[in-house]
Amino acid sequence: MSRRLLEIENLCVEFDTPEGIARAVDGVTFHIDVGETVGLVGESGCGKSVTSLSMLGLIPSPPGRVAGGRIRFEDRDLLELDKEQLRQIRGREVSMIFQEPMTSLNPVLTIGRQVAEPLMIHRQLSKADAWDEACRWLEFVKIPAAEKRLNDYPHQLSGGMRQRVMIAMAMVCRPKLLIADEPTTALDVTIQAQILSLMSGLKKEFDMSVLLITHDLGVIAQVARRVMVMYAGQIVEQALVTDLFNDPFHPYTRGLLESIPKIGSRGQGRNVRLAEIPGTVPPLTETITGCKFARRCRHAFDRCREERPAVSSVSEGHEVRCWLKQHPEKRS
Amino acid sequence: MRRYLIKNITILILLLFIISLTVFAILFVLPGDPAQIILGINATPETLANLRAELGLDQPFWVQYGHWIGGLLTGHGSRSINYDMPVYDLIVSRLAVTGPLALMAIVFAVIISIPLGIYAAQHQNRPGDLIVMGFTQLGLATPEFWLGILLILIFAVKWRLFSAGGFPGWDVSFGGSLKALLLPAFALGVIRASIITRLTRSSMLEVLREDYIRTARAKGLKERTVVYVHGLKNALIPVLTILGLQLGQLLAGAIIIENVYYLPGLGRLVFQAIGQRDLPVVREIVVFMAAAVIIVNFFVDFTYAFIDPRFRKR
Ligand SMILES: Nc1ncnc2c1ncn2[C@@H]1O[C@H](COP(=O)(O)OP(=O)(O)OP(=O)(O)O)[C@@H](O)[C@H]1O
Ligand SMILES: [Mg+2]
Repeated sequence: MSRRLLEIENLCVEFDTPEGIARAVDGVTFHIDVGETVGLVGESGCGKSVTSLSMLGLIPSPPGRVAGGRIRFEDRDLLELDKEQLRQIRGREVSMIFQEPMTSLNPVLTIGRQVAEPLMIHRQLSKADAWDEACRWLEFVKIPAAEKRLNDYPHQLSGGMRQRVMIAMAMVCRPKLLIADEPTTALDVTIQAQILSLMSGLKKEFDMSVLLITHDLGVIAQVARRVMVMYAGQIVEQALVTDLFNDPFHPYTRGLLESIPKIGSRGQGRNVRLAEIPGTVPPLTETITGCKFARRCRHAFDRCREERPAVSSVSEGHEVRCWLKQHPEKRS
Repeated sequence: MRRYLIKNITILILLLFIISLTVFAILFVLPGDPAQIILGINATPETLANLRAELGLDQPFWVQYGHWIGGLLTGHGSRSINYDMPVYDLIVSRLAVTGPLALMAIVFAVIISIPLGIYAAQHQNRPGDLIVMGFTQLGLATPEFWLGILLILIFAVKWRLFSAGGFPGWDVSFGGSLKALLLPAFALGVIRASIITRLTRSSMLEVLREDYIRTARAKGLKERTVVYVHGLKNALIPVLTILGLQLGQLLAGAIIIENVYYLPGLGRLVFQAIGQRDLPVVREIVVFMAAAVIIVNFFVDFTYAFIDPRFRKR
């Protein structure tokens, strides 16, 4: 039995909006084991980033807040920690990489300083030592002429190089969990592949866990062991990658898979946003009693519209939030 | 960097040339014959003509302009009619008051406004922010002279901590001179702090929403470092622009405050010179003031490059 690193239970995150309270994350439950790479997929706005940000207490507040749930990391509940304790975890035990390498680095500080910073605050290294270590990490993520780059500013680097810097910055303290929020979405295809293989390499080398967020199932197929599919703030299906791809259960997952012609042709998968499934995501401010996907689901029946689907098991480790599991006859 | 410098210096010189030409031209066509003013209305036509020739007033426009500019550049410009001394010396002696006054006012403005602006941004829409914003609103609505008089009433008349005005001169009493500038500089600074506070707040609010701030937090930096190092350096860029403008304007004479406090500064000089139709003084001070604004802004542009590496490329 593998060891649990992270266990999220029934996480709810809300935002105050002019239209009312928006539940961006609505009862999310999942776990990540030590050394495991887990993918989180779903279309834009389904709550992937909000889920990950809430783990480190980074939800902008106001207007946002965690409205309920537990986030257990090793033996601590991250939601119970005070600011200082949380700060000690950020960048040291749990690190994050963001989608936009162009805007995620500070334009007025040098690369060296930005990469060295976590070392100075978490490991109390002197500036000189931290910069040496930062330099080693830049070499490690294959930035050419790393030593010279230390004194460069972000605008002097390409998008791919900046993302490498972000990765180095996230890795310097050897975190136990790396959350990569769409690390390759903003990059072009060849660079994407390089960054992904760099990340897989680092993961193996340092035996950390990775939560890889993306809306590209192709990326998931390439690097993750397990995958969770998110829709309108809920995880609707989770399974081992092979199980999910071979035997998807949830109509939404099926739709997602159908919308990529062939796994592996990631260039196309990248822009697929479920155009093939008719209808749109309900507004988050709306209270939906039944299944959130019911309106777009061609198998939906009465129970789907009235009662929130329970999580049920399809096979070992393969869970789905869909009434079709209890009513197989409705799928026809 | 060098190209950036050369380009900016060229623009600077061109601007100064245009300004000097404009000022000269306006005063050239304006009615009011300096010779007449010097000699009074009872002067005979011959003495008038003689003086005009002596002053070069009978020469064509371009000759006069060239003569004037040549004088300015070689350091012996025109003479003041009233004070019977070179305007250049007059400006230098008055600048010894206005310069420090302007700088002190900016220092006051900065130390009041930057922390307040940051505080307000960090507490957006909460009571602290609303109070700060209320005060800036008040500051914006307060006339300078009124605040100046109020400060005199409180600190000079009631508590007798300061004198009510006047300026001893730097060589007479350095401490006394500094003290004489304190209240007026504070009055000027507080009013300007209102705008800078608002600007700092909005600039900071914008910056705090940036992705790199989220990155900084995700690293585990202290909130103080996030705001004062990662945020402030970025937020300062627009603030600096306005500070530069304000410094330029202050150098160009805090006319009202200098009059309220009887400070022998540039503002008072130009104020009196206009009343006395001392044309050379007016002309040269106006050019000086315009030049001050432009030159300060030139240096502000220059400091961008130090704060923001992206400017260095150009
Ligand atoms: N600061 C905020 N204020 C209000 N609502 C927000 C805020 N941040 C996120 N939301 C809401 O939460 C929902 C989920 O957003 P989130 O960023 O997690 O989506 P995502 O799945 O990461 O999408 P993407 O693929 O576009 O990154 C969005 O619909 C958005 O409306
Ligand atoms: Mg996102």
